Amino acid sequence: MPKDQPVLDLSPHVSDEVRKTTCYMCACRCGINVHMKEGKVAYIEGNKDHPVNKGVLCAKGSAGIMQVNAPSRLKAPLKRVGPRGSGEFEEISWEEALTIATDWLAPIRAENPEKLAFFTGRDQSQSFTSFWAQHFGTPNYAAHGGFCSVNMAAAGIYTMGGAFWEFGQPDWDYTKLFMLFGVAEDHDSNPIKMGIGKIKERGAKIIGVNPIRSGYNAVADEWVGITPGTDGLFILALVHELMKAGKIDLEYLAQYTNAPVLVDAETGLLMRDEAGKELVIDRNTGKLTPFDQQGVRPDLSATHRHAGITHKPVFHLMAERYMSEEYAPEAVAERCGISAERIRGIANEIARVAFEESFELDQEWTDFRGETHSKMTGRPVSFHSMRGISAHSNGFQTCRSLHVLQILLGTVEVPGGFRFKPPYPKPATIHPKPHYGVTPGKPLDGPHLGFVHGPDDLALKPDGTAARIDKAFTWENPMSAHGMMHMVISNAHAGDPYKIDTLFMYMANMAWNSSMNTRGVIDMLTDKNEETGEYVIPRIIYSDAYSSEMVAYADLILPDTTYLERHDCISLLDRPICEADAAADAIRWPVIEPDRDVRGFQSVLCELGARLDLPGFINEDGTQKYADYADYITNHIRKPGIGPLAGWRMGENGLQNGRGDANEAQLDAYIENGGFFVEHIPEGANYYKPWNMAYQEWAVGMGIIDKPEPYLFQLYVEPMRKFQRAAEGHGERQPPEHLRERVKTTMDPLPIWYEPFEDSAVDVDEYPVHALTQRPMAMYHSWGSQNAWLRQIHGRNPLYLPTNLMQKHGLKDEDWATVSSVHGEITVPVMEMAALNANTVWTWNAIGKRKGAWALEEDAPEVTKGFLLNHLIHELMPPKGDGLRWANSDPITGQAAWFDLRVKIAKATTPPSESQPAMPPIKSPVGTGPSELKWKTKP
Amino acid sequence: MTTLPTSTQKKLGLVIDLDTCVGCHACVVSCKGWNTENYGAPLSDQNPYGGDPSGTFLNRVHSYEVQPDEGAAQLIHFPKSCLHCEDAPCVTVCPTGASYKRVEDGIVLVNEQDCIGCGLCAWACPYGAREMDAAEKVMKKCTLCVDRIYNENLPEEDRQPACVRTCPSGARHFGDLGDENSDVSKLVAERGGFDLMPEMGTKPVNQYLPPRPKDTMEEFDILAPYLEPVAQDAGGFLGWLDKALDKLPGTSAGGAN
Repeated sequence: MPKDQPVLDLSPHVSDEVRKTTCYMCACRCGINVHMKEGKVAYIEGNKDHPVNKGVLCAKGSAGIMQVNAPSRLKAPLKRVGPRGSGEFEEISWEEALTIATDWLAPIRAENPEKLAFFTGRDQSQSFTSFWAQHFGTPNYAAHGGFCSVNMAAAGIYTMGGAFWEFGQPDWDYTKLFMLFGVAEDHDSNPIKMGIGKIKERGAKIIGVNPIRSGYNAVADEWVGITPGTDGLFILALVHELMKAGKIDLEYLAQYTNAPVLVDAETGLLMRDEAGKELVIDRNTGKLTPFDQQGVRPDLSATHRHAGITHKPVFHLMAERYMSEEYAPEAVAERCGISAERIRGIANEIARVAFEESFELDQEWTDFRGETHSKMTGRPVSFHSMRGISAHSNGFQTCRSLHVLQILLGTVEVPGGFRFKPPYPKPATIHPKPHYGVTPGKPLDGPHLGFVHGPDDLALKPDGTAARIDKAFTWENPMSAHGMMHMVISNAHAGDPYKIDTLFMYMANMAWNSSMNTRGVIDMLTDKNEETGEYVIPRIIYSDAYSSEMVAYADLILPDTTYLERHDCISLLDRPICEADAAADAIRWPVIEPDRDVRGFQSVLCELGARLDLPGFINEDGTQKYADYADYITNHIRKPGIGPLAGWRMGENGLQNGRGDANEAQLDAYIENGGFFVEHIPEGANYYKPWNMAYQEWAVGMGIIDKPEPYLFQLYVEPMRKFQRAAEGHGERQPPEHLRERVKTTMDPLPIWYEPFEDSAVDVDEYPVHALTQRPMAMYHSWGSQNAWLRQIHGRNPLYLPTNLMQKHGLKDEDWATVSSVHGEITVPVMEMAALNANTVWTWNAIGKRKGAWALEEDAPEVTKGFLLNHLIHELMPPKGDGLRWANSDPITGQAAWFDLRVKIAKATTPPSESQPAMPPIKSPVGTGPSELKWKTKP
Repeated sequence: MTTLPTSTQKKLGLVIDLDTCVGCHACVVSCKGWNTENYGAPLSDQNPYGGDPSGTFLNRVHSYEVQPDEGAAQLIHFPKSCLHCEDAPCVTVCPTGASYKRVEDGIVLVNEQDCIGCGLCAWACPYGAREMDAAEKVMKKCTLCVDRIYNENLPEEDRQPACVRTCPSGARHFGDLGDENSDVSKLVAERGGFDLMPEMGTKPVNQYLPPRPKDTMEEFDILAPYLEPVAQDAGGFLGWLDKALDKLPGTSAGGAN
């Protein structure tokens, strides 16, 4: 034994205080414990009581301390003094900044509010920012969903009233087979890792479908290295096999979906009674009846003959389509890059687990027909997916296919399957429709974004042109439920559909990684009208906490705080953090005060709104209504009894949850409770939610819905048929001729697969390789990148090539290759990766940085060797010679088709000194960071 | 030269599940955050915003591709920190006694007051688990969060290493590997946990659990056992459907009109 083993203090002081708030190192919104020493942040860990992360925390979350002290933090409002893109700014006061903004915006509001385009990026306050935009009166508002994952969200809502991630989650406690499609290591972050850990502990199986075997796919039991863009085809082959074998849940389909609803053979619309209720044939009586009557046994098989015409139920149409040999494994294998034997093996495993490992919970529940069931039947197969399958031009139909597969198996909202999280499930029909009615000096006539149910709901002006600058809700992309942020700059620059005056953006790095065609977008932002010498996009206001690339391209900068210096609410009105068993919301609060002249963007909007006399932001006497965002969070009433936060509201007899009046001490109650509120769903109400009356009534009490809204899952999406029917020539509102065929083909009310548009638009022999990006688990694109700890983990992003392509092109690790698409060319370092689809290359998203941004030095690897794939992707398809602009987007929702990209690769014979294109540096408005960090709070 | 204790009362260590580790680096950064603030000198970073940034980390995750003889390549995420070896060569090589193994629990530590920054221990460690802090010039290594696991200022449930507490997928386990009845020892026995590089003779306390076999699902040429067709085409399927529907509960009669 060593004679002088030192005596250690085994119980050192940990912190003076723990402040509990919500993480914002990515969009996952975990609860964090911020340990404070001497008023400084000493350590950040996960909050064990929090419903999202239950104590765990990812690398990003734990690195929050490096975000709060990042040298890239903006320090004060800035006014541009040099040309756009130069980075030449002068610091100004908030008074001057708000005066400039008011002087720019007030005339727009008075004369033509559509001249303001207000788009927010990874904003977690959309119910607030949209409220502001609505009161301003512009139709031009959206957040980043259009370039992220709207296909998944919209396909889910139209099909079953919710989708993945924020809408729902696998039943981690009971699932026995978990199938993961195209998830790029986030969306969502900790809950999926926790879930994977949980099901692995039970020995359940994971199948990963992804061209790249990293992250979650690396621990999957089975890896299916599918060809990008063919997921829908693979899924429909599984549907083919399962239907053919009768391995589908007939009772579930008959009771809870529109499979038995009759389709009018003449119109393709669903048959309804006079009250508009869908009609089925009752198998007990053989009679036509509304689907929701007590005792009705909807018949999946029976047809209805009337006036010489036979009307079939949806299920017949599905059998006719999916049992066709077109979807047989042999027919799809080559395109998917998966052998027919493997497809059949996977279908077999799904069938086995869903039906042989089925189980029952002894839990009584009553459905919307008034029938009480003594048990809940588990179908322990669950699915999850995000951008990988949705960021394609066939993404909406692919996401629909996946939802339909789940429903055919009867595994949605049952034990072991996929479960919704409040406020979902919610049928598409109770969401708002898009609003675009502009009146100078007045608010818009309703919320901007919503769900269309036919051509009449499109956002078109009387002359048929787009009402919105991004052309959302037009014939080009009728169901663009999240807007199309990626088209705003391009359309505004082209003056198509009209010119705007001011572009106002928040947390969206459009001059870099958040845009397709980065170089082109920079040119659009700096382009001047030759005659007037004015910028084509005359004014740009931007709010960000950090010195991002976009800052250099704005005229006025409103510096935001970091996430530990601000109030926020993660609201049930917005992007909720609920769990399948509970409703939950949360706040952020300033656990530290900013040491710079910066303000939370939402508080700035409260003041700007008052200066502009926006009705929602002033009192009757014209004074400012909300002093700041905290005041809004506490006192805003969206509709009677409903405000941004559901917990600790004021009732007649004291505090209550869900509905109630404003409570001045509400934020204190949240802080006291660890920064969040959670209300559990009662036992027996927590499965079968769309049809379970106990859940429906609970949701009404919580203020989630105003009355019970049970509904059928929409295997057949009738609104799509309405668009298709218009394209066939029916109705007054007709698509333009150049879109008629496309609407007819793509708006199929039952899922289809078609080739990604880029595959048809470019010569795939010349551009044979698929190119993708993924997000690493330890770095959030954009604002993670200047984090001193995280950039040591992900400071480089080589282009990963599969072994066969490395050999074919004579490449070795760290060689350089030129990668070209039909649109552009980059020259970048490469690295071999064997666990990769043989025809796919990929890199990490948004590691590459512009010189001068993010307070990085000019020799930072992000700058010298990092790169963006964005240079290869255009927001428009190559010209077809018809003089028209065809967007590189899904034709149904307008989702940016990032992952349709096709490239060719060649070894760079003369390696460049830096990744190409190398853009000139921008002047940093914040300088660069220190040369050494020795991080410790001094006690 | 420094001597090792002949035995320790406990063998505290980590069990790391390579089947479950998704390679997210949560443990790496949580460790950095706790340990820069706590035990000894801060974990410094050189050029944190410049070219070739490099800092001190006590725990790192490496990823390795494995190409089996048959089938697709695999990716293994491999977290690595000090394994708190029973025969720790980093201790015996230390010229000042700064490196030592605790008698109570077997944790290998560096007493920074006595560390002269000679780096011999890092050379002696076959795992590359020690890092010299470039600012402080002292040797840094995993402390198994010795200032957490007994810390009475922390709630009892938090008295575990930071990396274990934060691991989202539950791939890291902490306990006494000297007690065969401990949860970690049972886990090692159940899952076939193994020593890292046993040939080095260091007798590491930390154990790794192997990845489960991958890509083993059966493939089916034509007839898969659960996919026997009820019909070959839509017509036959509808015939089957009618019969199947009769078997559903609550249906009194078949009927079509």
